[in-house]
Amino acid sequence: MTEAVIIGVGLHPFGRFPGKPAMDMGADAVRLALADAGVTWPQIQGGYVGSFEVANPDAIVGKLGLTGVPLRGVFNGCATAGTAVALAARAIETGEHDLTIAIGLDKHPRGAFAADPSVAGIPPWYGQTGLFLTTHFFGMKINRYMHDHGISHETLARVASKNFRNAAGNEKAWRRTPLTPEEVLASPVLNHPLRQYMYCGPDEGAAALVLCRADQAHKYTSTPVRIRSTSLRSRRLGAFEVQSPSFPVGEPVESPTVDASREAYERAGIGPEDVDVAQLQDTDAGSEIIHMAENGLCKDGEQERLIAEGATEIGGRLPVNTDGGLLGNGEPIGASGLRQIHEIVLQLRGTAGTRQIPGTPRVGYTHLYGAPGVSAVTILST
Amino acid sequence: MTTTQRPVTEGLFTWPPSASEPLRLIGSECTACGLVSFPAASDCVRCASDESKIRLLADRGTLWTYTTQNFRPPSPPYDGPETFEPYAVGYVELAGELLVEARLTEPDPEKLRIGQDMRLTLVPYAVRDDGTEVMTFAFAPVEESAQAEPVEEEAS
Repeated sequence: MTEAVIIGVGLHPFGRFPGKPAMDMGADAVRLALADAGVTWPQIQGGYVGSFEVANPDAIVGKLGLTGVPLRGVFNGCATAGTAVALAARAIETGEHDLTIAIGLDKHPRGAFAADPSVAGIPPWYGQTGLFLTTHFFGMKINRYMHDHGISHETLARVASKNFRNAAGNEKAWRRTPLTPEEVLASPVLNHPLRQYMYCGPDEGAAALVLCRADQAHKYTSTPVRIRSTSLRSRRLGAFEVQSPSFPVGEPVESPTVDASREAYERAGIGPEDVDVAQLQDTDAGSEIIHMAENGLCKDGEQERLIAEGATEIGGRLPVNTDGGLLGNGEPIGASGLRQIHEIVLQLRGTAGTRQIPGTPRVGYTHLYGAPGVSAVTILST
Repeated sequence: MTTTQRPVTEGLFTWPPSASEPLRLIGSECTACGLVSFPAASDCVRCASDESKIRLLADRGTLWTYTTQNFRPPSPPYDGPETFEPYAVGYVELAGELLVEARLTEPDPEKLRIGQDMRLTLVPYAVRDDGTEVMTFAFAPVEESAQAEPVEEEAS
């Protein structure tokens, strides 16, 4: 089977852009990715484009060129971008195309997501009575995790502080003001034990990746980044997942992140010990902590010591969310996972500027988690 | 003045409240594999059977985890009062049945703890213009002192 490699990345800044439609941000990201790859739009043979807010994201061809290219819209909650890149890679691996694109774009209004519970297959009373909030799940999951594994409030604050510090060095990030752990701990509690500065916010932005066959990459770049594996898994019965009015008792069932992570490592032939830099879904500071363990990068409870030691800092043993993560960048759902891969590609090329991790990183890891219990993992290498 | 009350929806919990019968959540049990569901579901997510029977769930459980809601949720879908009072939510484990997400009557996280004994109750989560209280289910911490009392005394 032919391997897919990334030859170009493009990122529209994340944040608030009044008057600029998501489609225009997406087109900008595509043009940046095409320029980075040294290819033109008519050369693209197919692609996948993801968005939550844009009903027909594939209409972006109207901004780029009506070449007749097959461009398929995809959506998998917060794992949407994982789906777009997986399918774009699959189209190359199976021989359908030689040159593909993965695009993500979104423009969310301010504040927490508001939706009709029926879109998630949940009855109206769940929303009417104030239970239909994803932030509840994150508060409850980390509260239980802190109880079981001895994670402190200070560690939550250190994670948030790290991600805002990393974002301060990222000109395309949204939240670029560094905050000390003390400042994070002084912000109002939104959902105990999570505080305002421990949560990411929905925002706007776009990202794109150009992929090609590994055996043709030399025509475009001397630094292709290999897509070693992609995996997407949904929740299993008994797992504790977002937006669940109830779930069964019994032995704990592992999250879809654990399932997707194991599958991705196995397909890549790469283990957690080989990962040089990781981008993990940090919807909130607690999620980053939990996802370190769920992705096999440490044992449950080890985070308390690792984070105190600075292991997840840019200069540490296992840098996590070097571009500021979701906390620093916010979450335009369709683009979020491609923003993660954009950062890994810069790190593996050694072009991440002030955010560049030391040494010669070879393996990068990205992870998404979202409603209603879906996770996507992508493992990349030089 | 009598206050009119109505449930947020039919079929979620036993209604109207009865002096002789305790309040219960209305779940279901798959007739093929026995999986307990809440709210009641005709289709089973374990064995895919489409036959189930109604099962009234236990009205006591233990607190598995919790959080607080310190800002007014987006509205719609939330239809509680404009004057927002923070509330708590949690998952309560009903032994041998399931873990159910619910409002908690105690809003102070310092007064909640994982493993705490909880009992089912109703709360008026909203009041309509005509004064009608809209009721939903919630769990309340069981008073430690009451719990310590011997059952015999309670019965006497």
